[in-house]
Parts: sequence; C-alpha cells; structure tokens
Amino acid sequence: MLAQQLVNGVLLGATYALFALGFTLIFGVLRVINLVYGFYFSAGAFMALFLTRQYGWPIVAALPVAAAGAGVLAIALDWVLLTRLRRVGAPELASLMVTLGAVLALYAASTALLGPDIRRLPPDLIGAEAMVIAGVRITAAQVLILVATAVLVGGLIALMRGTRLGLALRAMAENPDAAGLMGIDTGRLAALVSFISGALAGAGGVLIGLNFNAIHPYMGEAMMLRGFVVIIVGGLGDIRGALIAGLLLGIVEVLTAGYVASGLKEAVAFAILVAVLWTRPVGLFGRAVVRRA
Amino acid sequence: MNRRHLMTGAIAGLAASTLPAAAQAAGIPVGAIEILTGPAAAYGIAIKAGLELALDTINQKGILGGQKIALTVEDSAGDKNQAINAARKLIGRDKAVLIIGPTLSNEMFAVGPVTNERKVPTIGTSTTATGITEIGPYIFRTSLPESDVVPVTFKKAQARGVKTVALMYANDDAFSKSGFDVMKAAAEKLGLKILTIETFGSKDTDFSAQLTKVKGLKPDAVTISALVEPVSGVLLQARQLGFGKETLFIGGNGSNSPKLGDIAGAAADGMIVGSPWFIAKPDPLNTAFVAAFKAKYNKDPDQFAAQAYDCMFIAAAAIERAGAADSEKITAALAKTSYTGVMGPFAFTAGRDPASSEGVVVLEMKGGKFGIAS
Repeated sequence: MLAQQLVNGVLLGATYALFALGFTLIFGVLRVINLVYGFYFSAGAFMALFLTRQYGWPIVAALPVAAAGAGVLAIALDWVLLTRLRRVGAPELASLMVTLGAVLALYAASTALLGPDIRRLPPDLIGAEAMVIAGVRITAAQVLILVATAVLVGGLIALMRGTRLGLALRAMAENPDAAGLMGIDTGRLAALVSFISGALAGAGGVLIGLNFNAIHPYMGEAMMLRGFVVIIVGGLGDIRGALIAGLLLGIVEVLTAGYVASGLKEAVAFAILVAVLWTRPVGLFGRAVVRRA
Repeated sequence: MNRRHLMTGAIAGLAASTLPAAAQAAGIPVGAIEILTGPAAAYGIAIKAGLELALDTINQKGILGGQKIALTVEDSAGDKNQAINAARKLIGRDKAVLIIGPTLSNEMFAVGPVTNERKVPTIGTSTTATGITEIGPYIFRTSLPESDVVPVTFKKAQARGVKTVALMYANDDAFSKSGFDVMKAAAEKLGLKILTIETFGSKDTDFSAQLTKVKGLKPDAVTISALVEPVSGVLLQARQLGFGKETLFIGGNGSNSPKLGDIAGAAADGMIVGSPWFIAKPDPLNTAFVAAFKAKYNKDPDQFAAQAYDCMFIAAAAIERAGAADSEKITAALAKTSYTGVMGPFAFTAGRDPASSEGVVVLEMKGGKFGIAS
C-alpha cells in the first residue's frame, strides 16, 4: 500500500508541477502574477474536448493544437491586460488585481456560455485500463503526465540556460530597460513568454482533464490555489523549484490523507506553505537576494 | 412623479389587487410557491407540471359538490424573500386555503413560519432536510427525508451479504454532511462494521490517497455521500485503482441523478442508490401517470413531478374530507390522509412527515443508466 500511496503522491505532485510551470515562467520573466493563467488551463482542456468530441481527433493531434490555441489566446489576453501596466512600470500588486478581475469575468462568462456541467473527453481516447507494475497500478494518462512533466521541465531549463533566446529572456527578467537598450525586442519577447506559458497551461489542462476525467469552466480555479503554493515554495520564477515543490506537496497531501486523516490534507499542505515562508521568505530554492527591493 | 400620478397609481393598484380575488370566487383557491426562473428552475417547472396534470383529473370531476380548484403558482426564483412575498400574496390576495411548496428546504424554513402563523396548511413536496415539519402544526411534507431512504438501500446491501463498510463523504457541504450522518446512523443500526471514514472536498479531483487506504481495508461496500460530480470522480478513480465487482458502491440522494452515468460512464456500473420514485416502476398507477405526463408535456416526468402529482391528489382529498374550503378543517383532514399514489402508499405521521418508506425503490447503475436493483 505504501508503494501505491507514494506513486499516488508523485502523480498528484506531477499534476501540480505541470500546472505551475507556465505560471512560474511568466512571473520569472515578466514579473507579473498572472491569474488569467487558470483560464488558459480551462481553455486548453475545452479546445481538446471540442476537437476530440466534434471532429474525432486523436489525443496526439488534439493536445498540441489545444496547447497552441491556448498560447495564442494568452498572447491576446496578456497584451490587452498587461501592456499598459508594463509601460507605466506598475507594481506587481497592480497586475495581480487586474488579472484577478479579468479571470473571474472570464470564468463567469465561459460558465454562462458553456454551462457549469462537468464534461469528459471521449472514454476511448486513451486506455483507461490500469497497468500493474509490482503491485502498483498506473494508467496511460498518468504515464503521459509524468513524461510530459519531465520533458517540459527539461525543455524549459535547456531553453533558459542553453540558448541565445534564453539569454535574452534572462536579460529581460534582470532588467527590461537595459535589455531593450541592448537591442532586445522586449515587446516580442513578452508575447513569446505569454505564448509559451499559455501553451503550457493549455497542455496541462488537457492532460489533467484526461487523467481526472472532469472538464468544466472553473477547473483552472481549483488548481490555482495549489499552483500558488507550488510557485511560492519553489521560489517565484524557479522552474526546477516548481517541480520539486509540486512533487513535495503531492506526496505530503497523499501521505497525510492515507496515514493521518483525509480531513487534514489541506491543513497540512498549507501549513507547509506558512512554515516555508517563515524560514525562507524567498522559497525553498529561491535565490537569497530578492532582485527588486 | 407628482401627487396626482401617485393617486391614480394607488387606485390602479387597489383595483388590480381586488380583481383577481373576485375572479377566483368560482374555484377553491389553492396556492403553490415554486422556483420557476433562475438556475434551479428545472425543479419548480417539473413540480408545476405534476400539480397541473393532477389538477386536470381532479377538476374534471370537481370536489365539494362539483367545485373546481383554482391553483395559483407563484415564482420564488429560489430566493427566500421572494418566497415569503409569494406566500403573503397567496394568503392576502388569493385567500388561498392551502399552499403547496416551496421548492427548497431553506425556502421552507423562511416561508413555513409565515404560513404557520396565518394557520394556512402548507405541504412541501420536495423538502428533504431535517426539521421542516418542526416549524409548526400547519407544516406538512410528502417528500421522504433521506433518513427514510438510506436505510432501505442499506438493507438491500445487507441482503447481498455486505457486512463491512467504508464511509466517504464531502466534508465542505451541508447536504453531503447530513447525508453522511444518516448513512453512519443507518450502518450502526443495521450492525454493519464501519472500517473507516474518509472525507474529501466537493471540488477535489484527486481521491487516490483515500481510495488506496480504503482498498487496503477490503470493505464489502463503500458508501459515498456527495453531489453527483465528486461521486463520479471517486468512482472513476476507484476503477483505476482496481476496485472491482467485489466491492459494492452505495450512493445517497446526490448520486440519484442521470448525470452519474453521463460523467462516470461504465465506472458507475453496479452502484446502488435509493430513490423515492422511479420512472420504470412496474405499477399500474405509475405507468398511467408516466403515459399521461408524456401525452401532456411531451417529455418524461421526473421524481419532482411525481411527488407533486401525488401531493395535489392528497390535498384535494383532504379538502373533500374537510367538507369546506376552510384552512382549519383542511389541516385536520390532512392529518388523517390515507392515499395510494405513484410514490406508493402514503400517510402522515403525528409529526406530519411521510409515515411509510414502502415506496422506496433501490436502483442500480447498469451501462450508464439506472434500473431497478435485483
């Protein structure tokens, strides 16, 4: 049973990490806490739902298209909501409030349009039958989440550390004005970051919707609270930190529910958040110096 | 608005409020307060349809020597204040001698004290919460509370050989919690051994930790008290984690929804749920009701329409026995109700709740649809 519970924990943690990747990226580079991120997550899931239900697409085709669709949506919405704030150098709190208002409006509008019902992807989209490996049960959708999380974390770290584009992004994160003076087109880079983070959210929505078989307009909101814990514990803007913090949160929640009491699951998870911020205000893996005083 | 306009307005209002009362002198005024608009309108519209279908039969023959019942249905929109206003309007303007509704338990908790004080008998057809009839001696209900339905389901499970149970429920929702309390009491009363009690949140999507723990304890049955969405999630994940036919899943009132099959699909197969009524109940009264409902409205009736249909007959019979359109006499007659309708045999307890749970049907999910459990 412990082995199954640990696998449950890693899987839950992987979904948290997968959700938080784009969220932490957009903070790391653009310095905005973008709550509309949760909407991109829902939107990706709904696009995949539409493509698979309406046109009978297989998941391998629907996943990248839905991710790209969510990315394009993110470019448009971020541009509308955040460009002005960035131009006047508004503080992080301003972006938090603007995106909070926007995301609530978007959730409510999509609920009015699509209805609050829970929908499922077609049941034969991916084998629901679990594989049994050494007494531990795992489904194809869960394997897909683990692989996708690993590939995306690896890819993002390689992009940020190993390419000229990553260098430009890091320069922009350090000081957007200086980066602009060095000939970096910060407007285009901001759009690119919006696209990548929106696509990550969309892909996460599809995979998590596939695993839990529940797609509804507010699905992003439910994940947002955990997303916050993950990026704060992991260190804002830290991709590797988000992965470790996500896994940690998932394992702690599952072990609390499995061996202590299921009612205490959330209490323990959020107590960890408080404890981490007490001892390390920049997150478990955050750099010691806060870039902006 | 100047004073003259104000005066004409007041006179027009006065005329409007006296006119309908005069027009209704022809029939026996009965009121109903139901949710006809807003997100929960489906319930009220079904109830109104059930009431009106029953009225067609009742008014054909007439009661109290050929008089007709004049039913006025007011919309509460699911809002407590609007429901209270509706009750005041029905009593003051329409002189209703009896009121049916309101739709929701929390509306009844607001309306009940008002109608009880005015001594107008009030019958809830869909209010299942505990404490409804304790509001006062004029408040009745024909809907079975969950505490009457769940024991029937559990007895069925026991007959199938269930001895040990794991109880699961959503701990952030009053409806799910009260359903769980009922389940726990029923399990204890029947001598079923409770192996564990696991909770989750209504909006949770991951139940793997709780289910893995439950699976390790090997209970004969797992009971779930929650709304249909989380119940579906629990079932889907239970199948992934290898729960098979050897474990019986038992749902409460929240699981009694066709949405269970829509969301959970084959994962819900085998789950049993108790229901006060079932469309395919093989009973001549019921089949006649379903056929008449389909003929009139061109759609299938649901539980709420069936409950309302019976209630209208129970109310009409009480007025007939009372011998006059008088609230006090009708209240006394209601208490002596003995009626067999589409829900089964019906009588009131001394506490004005339904006396019998004989009509409860245990349903089982098969191929994404409910059927009668064997």
